[in-house]
Amino acid sequence: MGRDRETLLRKYHQARWDEEIICEMDVPGERGILVPEAEAGIQEAVGDGTSRIPENLRRKQPPALPEINQMRVNRHYMRLSQETLGTDVNIDISQGTCTMKYSPKIQEHVATRNPGMAEIHPLQDESTIQGILHVYYQFEQFLKEISGLDRFSFQPGGGAQGVFTNASMVRAYHASRGDHQRDEVITTMFSHPCDAATGATAGYKVVTLMPDDTGYPHVDAMKAAVSERTAGIFITNPEDTGLYNPQIKEFVDIAHGVGALCSYDQANANGLLGIARAKEAGFDLCHFNVHKTFSMPHACMGPAIGAVGVVDELKRYLPLPRVEFDGERYTLDYRGEPESIGRVRSFLGNAQGVLKAYAWVMQLGADGLREVAECSVLNNNYMLKKLSEVPGVVIQYSEEKRRLEQVRYSWGKLNRDTGVGTDDINRRIADYGIQHYWPSHHPWIVPEPFTLEPCESYSKDDIDEYVAVLRQISKEAYENPELVKSAPHNSAIHKVPAPSIDEPERIAVTWRQYVKKQAAKNSG
Amino acid sequence: MPRRTLGVIVNPVAGMGGRVGLKGSDGVEILRRARELGARPEAPGRMAQALKAVSQFQDQARILTYPGQMGEKSCTLAGLPATVIGRTEGEETAPEDTRRAARQMAAAGADLILFAGGDGTARDLYHAVGEEVPVLGVPAGVKIHSAVYAVTPRSAGELVALWLQRHLLRMRSSEVMDIDEEAFRAGVVRAKLYGYLQVPEENRFVQNVKAGGVVHEAEALQGICAEVLRAMEDPDCIFAVGPGTTTRGILQALELENTLLGVDVVRNRKLLANDVTARQLLDLIGGNRAKVVVTAIGGQGHILGRGNQQISPEIIRQVGRENLLIVATKEKLVSLGGRPLLVDTGDAALDQELSGYTRIITGYGDYVIYKVGY
Amino acid sequence: MSQRRIVYPYIPNSVPEIKAQMLKEVGARDIMDLYAEIPDELILKRRMDLPEPILDEYSLKRHLEEILDRNRNCDDHLNFLGAGCAQHHVPAVCDEISSRGEFVTAYVGEPYADHGKWQALFEYASLMGELLDMDVLSCPLYDGPSAAATSLRMASRTTGRNEVLVPGSASPDLMAVVRNYLGGIGEPQVSIRTIDFDPGSGLLDLDQLRSAISSNTAAVLIENPGYLGNIETRAEEIGEIARNAGAEFVVYTDPISLGVLAPPVHYGGTFACGDFQPLGMHIQCGGGQGGFIATHDDMRYVAEFKDLMFGITETVKEGEWGFGEVLFDRTSYGSREQGKEYTGTTTGLWAITAGVYLALMGPKGMEEIGRTILQKSQYAARQIGGIPGVRVASETPFFKEFVVNFDGTGKSVGEINAALLDRKIFGGKDISGEFPQLGQSALYCVTERITQDDIHTLVQALGECCS
Repeated sequence: MGRDRETLLRKYHQARWDEEIICEMDVPGERGILVPEAEAGIQEAVGDGTSRIPENLRRKQPPALPEINQMRVNRHYMRLSQETLGTDVNIDISQGTCTMKYSPKIQEHVATRNPGMAEIHPLQDESTIQGILHVYYQFEQFLKEISGLDRFSFQPGGGAQGVFTNASMVRAYHASRGDHQRDEVITTMFSHPCDAATGATAGYKVVTLMPDDTGYPHVDAMKAAVSERTAGIFITNPEDTGLYNPQIKEFVDIAHGVGALCSYDQANANGLLGIARAKEAGFDLCHFNVHKTFSMPHACMGPAIGAVGVVDELKRYLPLPRVEFDGERYTLDYRGEPESIGRVRSFLGNAQGVLKAYAWVMQLGADGLREVAECSVLNNNYMLKKLSEVPGVVIQYSEEKRRLEQVRYSWGKLNRDTGVGTDDINRRIADYGIQHYWPSHHPWIVPEPFTLEPCESYSKDDIDEYVAVLRQISKEAYENPELVKSAPHNSAIHKVPAPSIDEPERIAVTWRQYVKKQAAKNSG
Repeated sequence: MPRRTLGVIVNPVAGMGGRVGLKGSDGVEILRRARELGARPEAPGRMAQALKAVSQFQDQARILTYPGQMGEKSCTLAGLPATVIGRTEGEETAPEDTRRAARQMAAAGADLILFAGGDGTARDLYHAVGEEVPVLGVPAGVKIHSAVYAVTPRSAGELVALWLQRHLLRMRSSEVMDIDEEAFRAGVVRAKLYGYLQVPEENRFVQNVKAGGVVHEAEALQGICAEVLRAMEDPDCIFAVGPGTTTRGILQALELENTLLGVDVVRNRKLLANDVTARQLLDLIGGNRAKVVVTAIGGQGHILGRGNQQISPEIIRQVGRENLLIVATKEKLVSLGGRPLLVDTGDAALDQELSGYTRIITGYGDYVIYKVGY
Repeated sequence: MSQRRIVYPYIPNSVPEIKAQMLKEVGARDIMDLYAEIPDELILKRRMDLPEPILDEYSLKRHLEEILDRNRNCDDHLNFLGAGCAQHHVPAVCDEISSRGEFVTAYVGEPYADHGKWQALFEYASLMGELLDMDVLSCPLYDGPSAAATSLRMASRTTGRNEVLVPGSASPDLMAVVRNYLGGIGEPQVSIRTIDFDPGSGLLDLDQLRSAISSNTAAVLIENPGYLGNIETRAEEIGEIARNAGAEFVVYTDPISLGVLAPPVHYGGTFACGDFQPLGMHIQCGGGQGGFIATHDDMRYVAEFKDLMFGITETVKEGEWGFGEVLFDRTSYGSREQGKEYTGTTTGLWAITAGVYLALMGPKGMEEIGRTILQKSQYAARQIGGIPGVRVASETPFFKEFVVNFDGTGKSVGEINAALLDRKIFGGKDISGEFPQLGQSALYCVTERITQDDIHTLVQALGECCS
């Protein structure tokens, strides 16, 4: 047996390389890489190539990119990677709602190293990409079984784009019926912001249901929200609190009662695999975050996939192309029906992610997926119990109820007792080698929130160790609040003072903008 | 960087009535009774709590305060060096002392006045500086109906600390409300909206590391106005617009005379009347179609019966519940912490009819379904 | 449940003893106790119907390789497909960095524990800013088309107008994304008007543009280089027409061209957008796309970006760089439906990789690769144009792609490409369906990877296929 995880506190210090910004590393004349030149025969035949470009469209000054030797570039980015706390190097229970699970290396290796994946072009003849089309088709069959819905598309490049795709399909559905009076969509405050924002982007007014003291909206609120103007509802369940709304079917029925469609945001599906499906709850559309639930890595925010699923009746609205199979050959149907929303992303989406997710499901099968769900829910309830014993932690809403895969906790009590808030603790947690936790989407309805999701990848020891860190920080907050407030101390950098980087004269999102503003400041 | 000037005013008698069950401390006689019952000034201590959060940034601030209990003592308790200006007359401080202190601080260049007190104190600040100098209240009074107070003394101090660090704070107009204390002690709530103060936004629902959070207050208000104006495109419908910071932009957007504190009546984007009484409003509506626009006024979330009693039960019954347009920013709703919006029309049956889940306009094409209670 | 109790390597608590112990700790008799909140009628009462798993890693690897072997790939074939996904050389350092576990598995961490990620993404924006000669970029978008679509909606907001003018030569796939994105209920939120182009030159019809532009025009969009490969030689004039009408000039560009071609801002572009896949991403069946939008440093524009922006600042230690979110309220993360459009997980890892690419290439590398591509594509076009019956349509200069017309051969592009495939060549994209007015035409893409020998191989094969 190793060290006792319940009391273990690592003597951690992150790499602190104090790296320059890459634009500061310029050494005129250095080269990072040499590029192929056209052969002499080509040069003789066509000359310098640029003379055919009209004068006013030729670049006069080369771009002011830095000149850096290759080793230094590599070293720089290696150092930046060491100053990044990916799931590979920490117990990433922190980023609740994000399902930071282990992305098995075998999938990564095959997807990035096999030229049958890395070096195939999406416009190759269908006969030459039967392998990847098989993967698309098979993974679609998996998601059909997992959700109960009838058709899927993997074109959307992320979860939010998936929800936007669903909003677009809802719009196309009503338009094809000549029903233009429906101009509202309904969501809940504890659904992801994209459930509200993508509807608005599609042109809808947005009606938001607030939670009551159970943590989810009351059925009467839903009744008050719907009308003949309701086009659809975009809702997650369990909501970000980890509480499952047991009246979800009623919500769906109420929406259907006024002719609206129901779209299920399944970003929080990890605890439901093989347990409960979109179909039985009556949903018409759904989406899964393949990079959350199905182990595609998060990659510093993408590439990702929002897999969208629909019932048969809505199949014709799906983006194109669709992968079809006639029993022998896979084909890409670029024509579809005229009601299709067209496209949301170029080509076939992030094909490499479909391959990874396919591989993941193939390793687990039905029993394994159910084991994923069960262990993620078990882990979460275990952690909930442990954390409820940490001084200052409050379990908001329905304390007696079981949560599914995540919990939105509150440091409200600790904050009242000590003045230390969730932001402070969130900086301090990095001092123990743990990624900053996800407080909450905005607005903060749960005071001083933090949202944790100990998915199936984490062992009991991992959870114990994580809880030990929070227990320690709680103790610090009560005994030495300044230590927590001035954190981080062991991170790549120190605390950024309450940043007022929103003022126009200070906004600097590129190096050149920063340099210009510094010059203006120094001269003014 | 030039230092910022912070005024510190404490109404030492604020809150003294509360501990001894007197529902307010306004008036010399009440104060005397409060002291007899053993009440002690608590506001200076609460201000000191707030100032503790400020003290580590004291080199970035010039502090102006009033002598003794009116601020000096709180500064000393918090270890904050301050310049004492002005004088107080006599034993007990009076509302005039608060007003004079605020005026002098404004004249001396205060960029923000931090004051401790209750609704009466907020009224004094309003009389003295109006919306010219931003202020922030440290809650210390018995009555806190005004929306100018931070949630706790410490959060007030933390907000001031951010301001001293040049954090970009947004100012918003907030209601100054007070209730008639004499009537209140007799068990009758009669709230009045007195005016507005400029108060920094307390983004307690967002992370510090992110610069903003819930959409910019001004933008949210613009959106709400635009939504109501869209409804006003109906030329035959009469609109009665109640008071409050969320509604007052509506008449401004129409470039119409605005009474700020009363109910204004509009039809087809033209003003019918300003500052009407319940009777006048009823007459104006007559048999016409009408909509009434109300918002949550003050700190408690009342949409009817506090500061807008002109919108009487008769009027609401006349126009019908479905024609009551309730507007509020999302942040306001979130700040209620799950408590319902309140109606107190004086007509219990109507209050009950009005309660339940209802649609609140929170922006342009943007609504929240929220519970109304009584 | 299956008969055999499997302990899954990725599910540590699938060890029966540990599971039992944890159940006991949480006071549950059975795992289903934890699902008490889900109504019984919503619980799936059967085992899901999925293939039996391939449990061991080696067998899985064999399984995946067997599937991928059914693909033919651009390493063992000679590839001339592009159309927005181009096979450029990926420097080894790009692969090295883009496969670092720390980056591959990080997500939305704050700027302390993830300082490196914040810096790398800030550097992406900084280096792209130099390439484009513009000051402001946000975090990346999904791909080029989504960047174009958002640019047009931004333009609609900055101008308060709701019509955009787009060239008829624009990529149909890009326009499919744009059309859906600008759509609305009943009426589109921003309407799209298409301006004709000359099929011979690929250039925009300026007379039609002049008559179509109005005080309702939010933006004029061009692609430069265009989807059909050609350079829009009158881009500067188009920009003037747009600006004179008070409209934004949105230029969709290929970033790898910008060492030799002027960046859009030099000829009046107010928005530069495009796809940075050429900068260090493998083609991976279209999985390497990433979008960018750049504008001037003007709050009118800055406030309209929809994605996160990372601003540089200093920490409490003087001289130590730190980062923070800029104008977070803009985003739907900050303001839900009141934010600008919507934001979400896009293509962070690819943006970091594009930064690595630009850092390696430097000004000379970008200039040289641009020149090499120009020379090779011009050479290829000339050689192909020499095949009897084959015509390289454009008199107009082009960058790396050009249209090849086969009408004179009496064969369809489909037939020719099928014949090329037998010779292990992926011919250019068949655009005869997308642009019937161009006849039997294909879009050929020539990058720096293509050698003179490769071109000769292609020309010989084409000669055989066309005759």
